[in-house]
Amino acid sequence: MRVQRKSVSERIFNIIGYIILTIMAIIAVIPFVMIISSSVTAEHTILKYGYSLIPKEFSTQAYEKIFGFPDDVLRAYWVTLRNTFIGSIIGLFTTAMTAYVLSRTYFAWRHKFSFFFYFTTLFSGGIVPWYILCVRYLHLKDMPMIAQVAPYLISVFNMLVIKSFMQSIPDSITEAAKIDGAGEFRIFRQLMLPLSKPVLASIALFIAIGYWNDWYLSFMFVDDAAHYSLQFYLYKILNAAEALARISSLSGYHVGEMPKENIKMAMAVIATGPIILLYPFLQKYFVKGLTIGAVKG
Amino acid sequence: MEQRKRKGFFKKVLEYRQLLLMLLPGVLFFTIFSYLPMVGIGIAFQRFTFDGGLFHSPWVGLDNFKFMFLSGDIWNVTKNTLFYNVLFILVNNFIEILCAIILAEITNKHFKKITQSMMFLPYFISWVVVGAFAYNVLNYESGSFNTLMKALSLQPFDFYNSPKIWILIIVMVCAWKNIGYGTIIYLSAVMGIDGAMYEAASIDGANIFQRIRHITLPCLVPTIVILILLSMGSIFRGDFSMFFQVTGNNAMLYSTTDVIDTFVTRSLISTSEFGMTAAAGLYQSVLCFVIIMIFNTLVKRYNKDYSLF
Repeated sequence: MRVQRKSVSERIFNIIGYIILTIMAIIAVIPFVMIISSSVTAEHTILKYGYSLIPKEFSTQAYEKIFGFPDDVLRAYWVTLRNTFIGSIIGLFTTAMTAYVLSRTYFAWRHKFSFFFYFTTLFSGGIVPWYILCVRYLHLKDMPMIAQVAPYLISVFNMLVIKSFMQSIPDSITEAAKIDGAGEFRIFRQLMLPLSKPVLASIALFIAIGYWNDWYLSFMFVDDAAHYSLQFYLYKILNAAEALARISSLSGYHVGEMPKENIKMAMAVIATGPIILLYPFLQKYFVKGLTIGAVKG
Repeated sequence: MEQRKRKGFFKKVLEYRQLLLMLLPGVLFFTIFSYLPMVGIGIAFQRFTFDGGLFHSPWVGLDNFKFMFLSGDIWNVTKNTLFYNVLFILVNNFIEILCAIILAEITNKHFKKITQSMMFLPYFISWVVVGAFAYNVLNYESGSFNTLMKALSLQPFDFYNSPKIWILIIVMVCAWKNIGYGTIIYLSAVMGIDGAMYEAASIDGANIFQRIRHITLPCLVPTIVILILLSMGSIFRGDFSMFFQVTGNNAMLYSTTDVIDTFVTRSLISTSEFGMTAAAGLYQSVLCFVIIMIFNTLVKRYNKDYSLF
């Protein structure tokens, strides 16, 4: 790129570079190949030979078992979709609205409020007071829908990224609207939100991924299996015999002969599937969001 | 005087009423989920009962802290947390900088794009699924590692009975999941370096290694300092999901894999020792706060632009 003719040192660098990156890239994706392959391997070959990179005997038995009685999986999918959808919309909107106010240079208290938000990243009361507040005083255990969304709504980091982007939008645009008599909320909604689309798209995706991958809030606050999020349901399948036993009893297997190992891996594939499928299309937004954040430092 | 100042305050509130109203959801959120728990720090000085709550539980002074430090576990988990984080910072930053520099120099666009995408993918996977990966590779009966060992007619290895090896496993898993993210940040810093410097260096006859050593690396110092400073703030925090899911919360492995966060959460859920657990959490928060303050001040003294605040 920078020099036309390649010198010896550049050739050496290139060879080493290609080798290192190839190895890193293969290491990054190999576990995905392994669980997909294990999920389509017949149970008895897993028990006999163990998991391997290429299925010794192909079988879709695990998926048939799971989708033969799909109620549990579909319910968990629904819970996670709901959390992701509601959380991303409310979270993005409130984060952006807060960021908008902090980005106004004529707002004399912006530094005080910025400190109010930033301080929470430096010091926290710890998880015990947080848990007791959520359970004993906010009664989140009785409200699984709210419990799995509310605690993650706003992150200070996202707020700062959006704020620095909004600061880079020239004041002249909003000033004109102000002279025309537009209120702050209207300027935010009709001018700043559309203008901030690039950064909002990536932040929205990061928020959505956070909710999609969350198992912790279910782990802390949800006792009723009907409200388990997808990842927590997967966790139960991987770790608790009873969830597996439920699948196999529904599908008419005796406990002794029930398929376990490939069902575990098939569930992992099902829980990750949408992310892998959407990843190629969304990846550029993630990268953009990161580099916007990195410019700010 | 006081009167006038007060009047000014109310006038400001009136002037800012729209902005303040828009701030309200954010302020409420952090008041509820961050500042109210800070009030709850009181629990660390109480013999807290769930029925009594914060207002009717007996106060016990520093007993919880005494009990915590005397019972001994806290030293080991603190040491583990610190040890892992130092390893993470060193290993991850090294790999990320290496990959970013290579990516910046390599000319084949497709290769660049594909490897970068592949390396970034693990970042988007939940820790539960990573736990499934770990189980797939490591479990004794059917793990693919032991499948391979058997195929080579070697002895199978019982990972879940060998706490020491988990230091290596966890460092590898953490790098595997996070380097894609860090590489992109470092790459954008490398791409931001002025190309004229490289041209001048080439004309002067510098080879690629000299250019990296004398231009790229020095130009990356601000990014490195800021990223390391950011990780310093959580050097006494362990990623609960990672340690919990990757080890499968296996008690055999606590000696080398238990960190403050797993220790606290486990005690919170499985015991009713709220006071002692809150004390451990407060101890962690104070450690983190002190560390970030010290390092931020040091960095600020060295170069103001590199500090966080």
